[in-house]
Amino acid sequence: MNPTAIFINSFVLLFLIVSFFKDKSKTKNATKVALKSLLKMLPVVLIIVILIGLLLGLAPPETISKFIGEQSGWGGLLLIAILGTVAHIPSLLAFPIAASLLDSGAALTSVAVFITTLTMIGIVTLPLEIQLMGKKFALLRNGISFIIAILIALIMGAVI
Amino acid sequence: MKNATKDKQAKEGRKNLIGLGFVALIFLIILKIFPEKSSSVMDVSLFYFKEMMLIFPAIVLLMGLFMVWISKDIVLKYMGTTSSLKGIIISIILGALPTGPLYVAFPLALALKNKGASITNIVVFLSAWACIKIPQELVEFQFLGLKFMAVRLALTIIFVTIMGMIIEKLNKVTG
Repeated sequence: MNPTAIFINSFVLLFLIVSFFKDKSKTKNATKVALKSLLKMLPVVLIIVILIGLLLGLAPPETISKFIGEQSGWGGLLLIAILGTVAHIPSLLAFPIAASLLDSGAALTSVAVFITTLTMIGIVTLPLEIQLMGKKFALLRNGISFIIAILIALIMGAVI
Repeated sequence: MKNATKDKQAKEGRKNLIGLGFVALIFLIILKIFPEKSSSVMDVSLFYFKEMMLIFPAIVLLMGLFMVWISKDIVLKYMGTTSSLKGIIISIILGALPTGPLYVAFPLALALKNKGASITNIVVFLSAWACIKIPQELVEFQFLGLKFMAVRLALTIIFVTIMGMIIEKLNKVTG
C-alpha cells in the first residue's frame, strides 16, 4: 500500500471511530449506505479498468500522444475538453482514467482539462439545472466553466 | 417520488451490468486476436483495479458518514447571503463536503436563491459541489499526486469565484 492510500484510509478510519462513539445507529446507517454505493459502483469500476487495460496495453503511446500529447496543440486540447464535457462518468473514476492517460503519453494540460470539464460541466444534469435555476444561469455556468477549464489546464501546464 | 428514483437506480444498475458484459466480451475478443498483448493488458487492468480498491471503500465510507451527519438543513442554515470573502469561503466549504451527487445540489441551490443568497455564492457553491468535493480531492491525490491536486484545487477556487462574480454582474445587467 502506498503512503497516500495509507493516509486516506487512516483519515477515514479516524472519522469512523469518532462517528461510532458519537452515534452508533447513524454510523451503522452510514456504513450501509457506503456498502450499497460501493456495490453499485463496482460494475462501472470494472468497465473502466478493462478499458484502461486495453488502452494502455494495445494503443502505442505515440498514437495517444499524437491526439492529446504535448505536440497535439489546440486541437488536442479542445478534443479532450469536449470529451470531458459529454462523457458521463462518475467523477471518482475520472482520476484513474486521467492517470492512465498521463501514463500513456497524454499531456498534463489535456489531463487537467479532461478532469475539470468532466466534473464541472454536466450535460446530463443540464435540463434539471435549467428547470431549477433558469436557462440563462445554467448556460452561463456551464459555458464559462468550459472556458475556465481550459484556462486552468493551460496554467497548470505552465507551472507544473 | 421515492419509488421513481428507486426504479431509475435499478434501471441504471441493469444498464451498468449490461455495459460490463459488453465490455468484457470485447475484452475477450481483443485478447483472442492479440494473444501476445494479453499479459500486458491484464497487468495494466489489475494494477488499476488494485489502486482503486485500495481507497474506494474508504472514500464511499467517508461519503456515507457525511451523508448521515450533515443534513441539507445545516447547509441551508450556514450559507450566507452576502458575497463577502467570508460568504465565498463558506460556500466553498459547504459545497466541498461530500454530501451527495450534483443533482441533489440544484434543489438546494434553488432554496438558497429563494433564501436570498447572492448569485456569486450560489455559483461557487454549485461549482464546489461539482468539482472541489473532498472525496474527489483524495482520489486525485492518490492517482495524480499532491502537487497536481493542490495546484488544480487552488486554480479552481480562484476561477470559480471569478466566474461567480461575472455571472452575478451579467445577471444584474439584463435583470
